[in-house]
Amino acid sequence: MSAHRAPTGGRIDRSKTIAFTVDGKAYAGHPGDTLASALLANGVTLMGRSFKYHRPRGLLGAGDEEPNALFTVLGPGAVREPNIQATRIEIFDGLQVESQNRFPSLSFDVGAINRLAGKLFSAGFYYKTFFGPEWIKGTRVWHVFEWFIRRAAGLGSASAARDPARYERMNAFCDVLVVGAGKAGLAAARDAAEAGKRVILCDSEPPSPAATAEFAAHANVECLPRTTVWGHYDDMTFAAVERVADHLADPPAHLPRHRHWVIRTKEIVVATGAVERPLVFPGNDAPGVMLASAALRYAAEFAVRPGARIVVFANNDTAYAAAAGLAALGSTIAAIVDVRPNPPEAARALAARAGAELIVASAVVSTAGGKALSGVAIAEIGPDGAPGANRRTLSCDCLAMSGGWTPQIQLAAQQGAKPRWDERLHAFHAPDLPSGWSMAGSAAGDFDLDEGLSAYPAPVFEIKAKGKAFVDFQHDVTADDVRLAHCEGYVNVEHMKRYTTLGMATDQGRTANLAGLAIMAEARGLTPPEVGTTRSRPPLVPVSLGAITAERKDDLKPWRLTPMHDWHLENGATMYNAGLWSRPMIYGAPGETIEQAYVREAAAVRSGVGIVDVSTLGKIAVQGPDAPEFLDRVYTNLFSTLAVGKARYGLMLREDGIAYDDGTTWRLGDNDFLMTTTTANAGKVMQQLEYYLDCVWPDLRVILTSVTDEWAGAAVGGPKARDVLAACVSGAKVDDAHLPFMGIVKGEIAGAPVLICRLSFSGELAYEVYSGAGHAAHVWEALMAAGKPFAITPYGLEALGTLRIEKGHVTGAEIDGRTTARDLGLDWMLSKKKSFVGSAMMDREGLFHPDRLRLVGLVSLDDRAINGGSHVVDSLDGEKATQSLGHVTAACFSPALGRYIALALVKNGRERLGQRAFITDPLRGRAGPVEIVHPVFVDPEGKRMHG
Amino acid sequence: MREYSAFALLKNALTGNTGWKEAWRKPELKASYDVIIVGGGGHGLSTAYYLAKEHGVRNIAVVEKGWIGSGNIGRNTTMIRSNYLHPQNQHFYEHSLTLWENLSQELNFNVMFSQRGVMNLAVGPAQLDDFARRGNAMRLAGIDAELLSREQVAKVIPGMDVSASARFPIYGGLMQWRGGTARHDAVAWGYARAADRLGVDIIENAEVTGFLKDGDTITGVVTKRGEIRAKKTAVVVAGSTGQVMKLAGIDRLPIESHVLQAFVTEAVKPFIHTVAAFGGGHLYFTQSDKGSLVFGGDIDGYNTWAQRGNLPVVEDVMSEFVALFPGLARVRLLRSWGGLMDMSMDGSPIIAKGPLPGMYLNTGWCYGGFKAVPASGWTFAWTIAKDEPHAFNRHFTLDRFRRGLIIDEKGQGSTPRLH
Amino acid sequence: MRITCPHCGRRDVAEFTYQGDANRLRPDPASTDQAAWNAYVYDRVNTRGPHREFWQHSGGCRAHLAVERDTATHAILSVSYARDSDTARAGRRP
Repeated sequence: MSAHRAPTGGRIDRSKTIAFTVDGKAYAGHPGDTLASALLANGVTLMGRSFKYHRPRGLLGAGDEEPNALFTVLGPGAVREPNIQATRIEIFDGLQVESQNRFPSLSFDVGAINRLAGKLFSAGFYYKTFFGPEWIKGTRVWHVFEWFIRRAAGLGSASAARDPARYERMNAFCDVLVVGAGKAGLAAARDAAEAGKRVILCDSEPPSPAATAEFAAHANVECLPRTTVWGHYDDMTFAAVERVADHLADPPAHLPRHRHWVIRTKEIVVATGAVERPLVFPGNDAPGVMLASAALRYAAEFAVRPGARIVVFANNDTAYAAAAGLAALGSTIAAIVDVRPNPPEAARALAARAGAELIVASAVVSTAGGKALSGVAIAEIGPDGAPGANRRTLSCDCLAMSGGWTPQIQLAAQQGAKPRWDERLHAFHAPDLPSGWSMAGSAAGDFDLDEGLSAYPAPVFEIKAKGKAFVDFQHDVTADDVRLAHCEGYVNVEHMKRYTTLGMATDQGRTANLAGLAIMAEARGLTPPEVGTTRSRPPLVPVSLGAITAERKDDLKPWRLTPMHDWHLENGATMYNAGLWSRPMIYGAPGETIEQAYVREAAAVRSGVGIVDVSTLGKIAVQGPDAPEFLDRVYTNLFSTLAVGKARYGLMLREDGIAYDDGTTWRLGDNDFLMTTTTANAGKVMQQLEYYLDCVWPDLRVILTSVTDEWAGAAVGGPKARDVLAACVSGAKVDDAHLPFMGIVKGEIAGAPVLICRLSFSGELAYEVYSGAGHAAHVWEALMAAGKPFAITPYGLEALGTLRIEKGHVTGAEIDGRTTARDLGLDWMLSKKKSFVGSAMMDREGLFHPDRLRLVGLVSLDDRAINGGSHVVDSLDGEKATQSLGHVTAACFSPALGRYIALALVKNGRERLGQRAFITDPLRGRAGPVEIVHPVFVDPEGKRMHG
Repeated sequence: MREYSAFALLKNALTGNTGWKEAWRKPELKASYDVIIVGGGGHGLSTAYYLAKEHGVRNIAVVEKGWIGSGNIGRNTTMIRSNYLHPQNQHFYEHSLTLWENLSQELNFNVMFSQRGVMNLAVGPAQLDDFARRGNAMRLAGIDAELLSREQVAKVIPGMDVSASARFPIYGGLMQWRGGTARHDAVAWGYARAADRLGVDIIENAEVTGFLKDGDTITGVVTKRGEIRAKKTAVVVAGSTGQVMKLAGIDRLPIESHVLQAFVTEAVKPFIHTVAAFGGGHLYFTQSDKGSLVFGGDIDGYNTWAQRGNLPVVEDVMSEFVALFPGLARVRLLRSWGGLMDMSMDGSPIIAKGPLPGMYLNTGWCYGGFKAVPASGWTFAWTIAKDEPHAFNRHFTLDRFRRGLIIDEKGQGSTPRLH
Repeated sequence: MRITCPHCGRRDVAEFTYQGDANRLRPDPASTDQAAWNAYVYDRVNTRGPHREFWQHSGGCRAHLAVERDTATHAILSVSYARDSDTARAGRRP
């Protein structure tokens, strides 16, 4: 036992010793200790350095309010967790932490030199300098200063090492959510449990024996220790974080590190307690100066004496009870210094019981000591907090202060309603609460004190003596900073907060906000509520990004794989992400470049036969008596006239007349259509069609079913495609008479039913073979086997793209949400016989402008590749700004032409066919001459696909 | 001597920091002004400043519902760039960027414009080509842009997962080095102070509750602090546009109000020295001079006037951030907030005379308004002073929708939640 | 935020897709009244307070719902099937 640790008492387990290190130095503690209590028991008072002035700091509090004692928790491996309050770290064997914001060490920190320039570094000083004189243009001067500022910025440092921990998300539902397992919270949970309600009881602390014992037998109460409710969202949804395994030396694999709880409840009881406020006086940040409640807590819960000789400094009665408690636990209370002239009798009795000298109408005006407190100076004060001349010093190693109490109402205030000011408590209460909400215990201003004692403070928050008096400890905001903000007109509470950074540190200003508000109110001659309150927003305490990310940490988005995925991998495909889908890009042979591979694949389609997986196309079953009418409304062209057993290419517009999506739709029966969409728009088109049926044309008798995942597809294309099908299809004839262009037949391949439509994206004689997803891999392999005599070649997205560029078919690169049917050369698809979605707005003047970008082809005249994203220009003038005529949407080497070609959108492009122009790609340093040509490079008459 | 300088700082430090003047006065309302600007946000304050400085109009009232800078200027992720695709936007935003570059000196207030680069991360060759299209358009318009390889991206942002095993592997990025960030509040305060010094009355806590009209013509406003008259009344209230314009009798506009959440972590030692946007989802991030990681994602996706977001978007944004920075799962979220976005129907703004006589409207900033603050005020001031648009804002009309002259950077049409 | 789907019950907002302002009436398909089409496609009431809007239960039964929601508080005031709403009824064939 150290001199600081009492031999008995507290919640610690003295039978076991825990070894941990701080900055590599070994310390010992006991189970039940926090890092804060363990260090205090080891006689450590210096636990951190402040943000701006690098002042030495010790513990101020014992819980979430702690602003000073922040450490970086190290491990496992290179993982680092910065800025963790010592009061929230439960020690375990092997715990390693590092102090922060100091160089080279916590006790000798060269950054402390900033203290010398304290007056210069006043609030907002950086707005007034660092930008240079007017005659130095630009941001250069600031960049120089900023480099130094960024070197000094930040608290702890993070690590790039991947966090090996697992996080998880839980959805929970209950009747009553009780936040806080103190006396009031326990009572509320008990009442609700006895009424048969489902209760969740959250508490930020480790499990309390009282709660554990009481609710062990209640099946309807779930206790969540180490759990902080941090956010209120609409409709009684609450977010909480449970620190499941942070306190374990060797967490079992099944436990996540943190658990993200999303709790939906009917009622909530907020029993989050109240936080004691510091008093504002010079030197109030010295290590050894702490909140009276924290001092008592260290003594009572951890059996650690916060000091051998304690002075108590207060403006209210509650500190007297703390003094008596501390005395009972073995500390000497040298004196109680009270700003009030007449503390009540009950308080005086407690002072006597503590054996303390009672010094009234007085205040602490300075502290001595540096890294550990050695004494305080006190003086008599007037009612306004101004100290008089009579001074004396008291020697002590701990100053326990109490500036009154602030109910913790942040959760209730997150709704956005204005908190109510309590003139006696000098603090805000929760706003008027909607039904389902209640506050309990000290969070509601009910302090449960002994007879004759009150939590109401004298209205003295600041002792106006000379020296730096801190309001916000972590951000080094002083009372003078608040007054400077006032002097410069930053008088609204939000302006003050932003100008001084008061309340914006990791402790969220728990101990700082009210004093800051009070000082500003006094400067303005207003009451604090007239100055305003800042809005409370989630999160209430800092929450690890990992917790909120939960299972998505190592699994951001699902993968979509086609039934042929394994075959692609086994056959040498290089895969490519297309949205959530994984698709073959090329099936490269050893030693082939990407270009060599796709040129080989595309050439094989033009000369023989190729096969490509088209399962990712969106597929929607459109069924019902009004299906033809519905399709006529959503497509620009007619579908009601389509014969059963035939397919037709269709184009959809948006309501504003801009092209939206395209695809083929197959008529399988009078009232039965299979619509296909582009891969990228499958979900959006489905949703839009559902919208029309539900919200615009509810009387159309149409049922939509997304069958994208039910049907898998293989496109077989090339002069020998028919031979391949003829070799493997049974139950249907595939010759030109039975299966003409755009015809559909049903048959079987290798025993599996298939639907075959003769349509072509490549421009070759081609078929799309659809089969149920469960048979698709089997069908694919049967097609490969049947194609073997014809040297069938599987091809990927690159060759698919090449074939479509050669044919001038548009995709998402051209239907980019800004182009019209006319721009794309698809005006022939705009029916004049009917209205359709987009028809009313497609003729607006802006959509007819002669300067609109229109689809053309480009042929490289220097036999070099054209890069996607290049622009088209009239003339090349080096790097000089040139008017862009348009841009390249897709480019490739065309095996059919033996040239590098591209599709492009060019201003008034249809009038430029046959003209020379240039492509330019200044980003990649490529420019060269091109000829503007018709976008259909290969077989413009369509003889091949009709063959 | 200029009011703010290192010398002034030293001098005041020696005299106890009591010699500073109010950054802006707290004047009483006058009965009439030449111009009333409704909205004391970034755009309103910069409009007042440029009207006074460039056009000699000094008799101006800026009326603000609450405290100046309480809207989106005080709740955004502070990113500045001019990396637009369409020429209508390029020239406007590039003008803004050039104003930003000398803004601290001009306002004698350090707005901390840090040109640390803005990068768009591409997650596939198709997206990289798409970014190249944009970057090339910028270069042709005389705006800086660079295409970075994956290796170059990795050097710019160490610690980011650029591996091929990522769910959405990064292929490269489009970088605009002249882009960056600024200190958002300082922009509001800097413009307010500079406008104040030119005689502009900035009147806080003066919510507009009605308009004064002579027939259809707007002749002033009714505020909670009294009536004021002016020949010209300019409305520049971002997310509140719908409500304020209803007071003038305009019931429908091509604007919806949505909420965008933004997020800040605890301060950690700076290691991300640039601004980046991730094309694999919707995420943009940077690290402030204080060390906080600052990031945001999609709007919540439904009409709202509550400056409050919902949990699914929080989870989405955190997930994308952690996917890019697997080492930061242990860094902690410190603050979040929600700003009201005036989402227009094509994602581009409106800076125009009208829609009523005597009225001028500036709105539709979606979530890109911060970087536009200088040019928005500059062009709006021009439009108010000369009763016609400048070349930079002539495309940002209200009637462009009817005429089909839409400026749609994302190609999403009239669905604001997708812009 | 949670929405009570008439078919599936009370579900989290994450299951729904916002489908926009339900105060707009689509003009008769054959109409060539540009002002009416412009109002339908581009103009919004953008109400602060009770607002009629469509949501799709895209992560559930896929039905579109007509929801009245207070845009200032996010309180859901009523939910019904969109196909029964006034807006949708106006689109029925005469």
